[in-house]
Amino acid sequence: MNKELIQLIDISKSFDGQMVLDELNLSIHENEFVTLLGPSGCGKTTTLRILGGFASPDTGRVVFDGQDITRIPPNKRQLNTVFQKYALFTHMTIAENIAFGLKIKKKTKSYIDDKIRYALKLVNLEGYENRMPDSLSGGQQQRIAIARAIVNEPKVLLLDEPLGALDLKLRQEMQYELIRMKNELGITFVYVTHDQEEALTMSDTIVVMNQGYIQQIGSPESIYNEPENAFVADFIGDSNIIPATMIKDELVEILGTRFACVDTGFGVNKPVDAVIRPEDVILVEPDNGSINGVVTHLIFKGVHYEMEVTANGYEWLVHSTTLYPVGKEVGIQVDPFNIQIMNKPESEDEEAVAIDI
Amino acid sequence: MTSKKKWLSVPYLFWSGLFIIVPLGMILYYGLTDRTGAFTLENITAIASAGHAKALRLSLLLSLISTIICFLLAYPLAMILSQIQVKRHNFIILIFILPMWMNFLLRTLAWQTLLEKNGVINHVLTFLHLPALKIINTPAAIILGMVYNFLPFMILPLYNALSKIDINVINAAHDLGADHIYTFFRIILPLSIPGIISGITMVFIPALTTFVISSLLGGGKLLLIGDVIDLEFTKTSNWHLGSGLSMVLMIFILINMVLSAIFDKDGEGSML
Amino acid sequence: MKNAAKKIYIGLIILFLYAPIGTLMVLSLNASKTRAKWGGFSIKWYIALFQNEEILRALVNTLLIALLSSLVATMIGTIACIAMTGMKRQAKSILMGITNIPMLNADIVTGVSLMLLYISLGIRFGMGTILLSHITFNIPYVILSVMPRMKQLNPSTFEAALDLGSSHINAFFKVVFPDLLPGILSGFLMAFTMSLDDFIITHFTKGVGVDTLSTKIYTEIKKGIKPEMYALSSLIFVTVLTLLILINLSPDKKEKK
Repeated sequence: MNKELIQLIDISKSFDGQMVLDELNLSIHENEFVTLLGPSGCGKTTTLRILGGFASPDTGRVVFDGQDITRIPPNKRQLNTVFQKYALFTHMTIAENIAFGLKIKKKTKSYIDDKIRYALKLVNLEGYENRMPDSLSGGQQQRIAIARAIVNEPKVLLLDEPLGALDLKLRQEMQYELIRMKNELGITFVYVTHDQEEALTMSDTIVVMNQGYIQQIGSPESIYNEPENAFVADFIGDSNIIPATMIKDELVEILGTRFACVDTGFGVNKPVDAVIRPEDVILVEPDNGSINGVVTHLIFKGVHYEMEVTANGYEWLVHSTTLYPVGKEVGIQVDPFNIQIMNKPESEDEEAVAIDI
Repeated sequence: MTSKKKWLSVPYLFWSGLFIIVPLGMILYYGLTDRTGAFTLENITAIASAGHAKALRLSLLLSLISTIICFLLAYPLAMILSQIQVKRHNFIILIFILPMWMNFLLRTLAWQTLLEKNGVINHVLTFLHLPALKIINTPAAIILGMVYNFLPFMILPLYNALSKIDINVINAAHDLGADHIYTFFRIILPLSIPGIISGITMVFIPALTTFVISSLLGGGKLLLIGDVIDLEFTKTSNWHLGSGLSMVLMIFILINMVLSAIFDKDGEGSML
Repeated sequence: MKNAAKKIYIGLIILFLYAPIGTLMVLSLNASKTRAKWGGFSIKWYIALFQNEEILRALVNTLLIALLSSLVATMIGTIACIAMTGMKRQAKSILMGITNIPMLNADIVTGVSLMLLYISLGIRFGMGTILLSHITFNIPYVILSVMPRMKQLNPSTFEAALDLGSSHINAFFKVVFPDLLPGILSGFLMAFTMSLDDFIITHFTKGVGVDTLSTKIYTEIKKGIKPEMYALSSLIFVTVLTLLILINLSPDKKEKK
């Protein structure tokens, strides 16, 4: 892994007595695509604003490239931000928007012109120099906002829900565009979103946040496959979170039936939660699986069928490419390594959230 | 639906035609004719006569100064107010409209009491060992009266325009390396131009054409162009001359209207 | 530190705007008849006020004109706004331009132009001419308050109401009107305030013997203002202030977007 570029150390922040960030610690590496993911009010935007210098933490330090920048104003930081709803300067042309930061740095005209051309090429909007921001579509304005930030050659680009205002198709296109731009620029992206799909598609590292705490940090694969708690499991993708008992290492009792699993170290006869992704539930003929159940709901989703199967009093969410009609009796089978065991939430707070969402 | 909607515009079309357009036509007619009804430009050229030109010059000077003072007082205030939470928006507007519920003549008259040689302000100044003000019955008092009466009309459009600026646009400027001064002159000021134009119009025109303030605070010796027109209509009954002089005033109003049309296309600088 | 300076600045401006109002209130409680000296506390001018028929008549005239003119202006203005949504861009901007004339024009020009109109039409000067004039300068305030609401309006709600079997008029009052109401109300209040505070236009369009408070005060200036006038103005101001405080203190019922 590359060297550490940014460190957030023991950052706490509250607004009107409401704790938004509680002793947050986070390291961001060079050339990393980090996504802060979580529901609204989880503290992800505040974290980004602290990085950008638009909010200062009540306690804690922000270290950038070995330097403490906690009290340095935004205009003196080597970071640039792409704002929610773009925040373009509507009274200036596209070229003037992009040149804004360069003119402050007193760059020569030819340097600025080169940079504008380069940036517009990077965001696929060549020839838009003399247009006004209002005459551009949302997606185009978003690209200009990115161009305006990157011409300043920041070491880190902060992106605050940049695709939030775009429609689904454009959003997916821009996700690939952003990955391409990041690879071309070779800089660090810190990306804030509440959209788990966006996070899974683009990131090297996902930081899942809730209620001012980091819930889990990891690669998209590890976050998806090995959620550390019910909040993460539930927030990232669909999942069956089923109360269970860990009989011993590699054996769990779910709804009265024993399943083989691969987790160890939870102790003996310990209450736990078992997480099983809907696509990992395999439906077979009755009595061929571990539990029998009845299909109660069926929706065609295009790629797969989404079914609900009631078995042992629990409604299992199942994704399958094979159709089982409503009312049909089926058997349920799960591969041992597709069962993820988690400790029961410790605080009431955590539990409340898990139920809420 | 649409055809029915068109029919709905009839009352207002009729009203604005009869009470806005026709009366302006009347001014043109009276302004360009003499008592016998013959065409003449004399009523307009009369502005060049010594007395009228002096009144116009004084009006222009005083209203210009008042407008500048209003702008300088109101802009910082509007900036401070625009940083206050949006849900207080209506309350803030009310604070500046509320004084209008006390009659404007009385409010202006109250400044006499405040400014008088033995008035409240001079008592306070003496108490603070500061020199007493002697501005009552001077042009300075007229300026004060103008600023006092028209300040809210500068504050409200500026406040409106400034509160519409997205805080992230200002953040973006800082983010790109701009300090507070650069951000102000390159971002905040240009984005508030609709409010500035609207505020200047709302102060300059009433100040230029006022006729009561001068007689209340100026001691009645200083004639403004508004006073002259008032005299022509209510005392000497020379409507033709009054109309001609009004037409001269309308030139300034027209310039203002054109300016507002250019800089405030979407009505962003409106007062409400 | 910086915040304290900001607060002081706001405070000074508000003091500047409200100092004359405070002065008038003090004068209304001054036992002495002249403005120049303090003759002790007294409410005699408040008592005298209710025996002064001339002032009371001017008050009734003022309120009547303010109420009627803002009501009529609100109706005409609101209907005009609805009509304008169905208009072509160009026609609309011409009409908005005309609407802006009384706002941007000098009151004195508006006043004398209306005076010339009434003379040519042979309309007798009196309450009627004041009312017509006030309606004219009030309409723009209504239009400028209602128009932004109109733009925010979702046209589908009206169509949805029609789709659900409602008549045009019914759909308007059940669906569109409630959405416009805040704009209509603030337009009405603005118009009422402007009418109440107007002197210049009334001065040119009133008839002999008919007075509003403004013109009454104007004629009194030369003779000396009767202290009853201070008492009346203070009463009006305090009443409005109390009403506004009550409205602002009442819990926000409509915190919806």
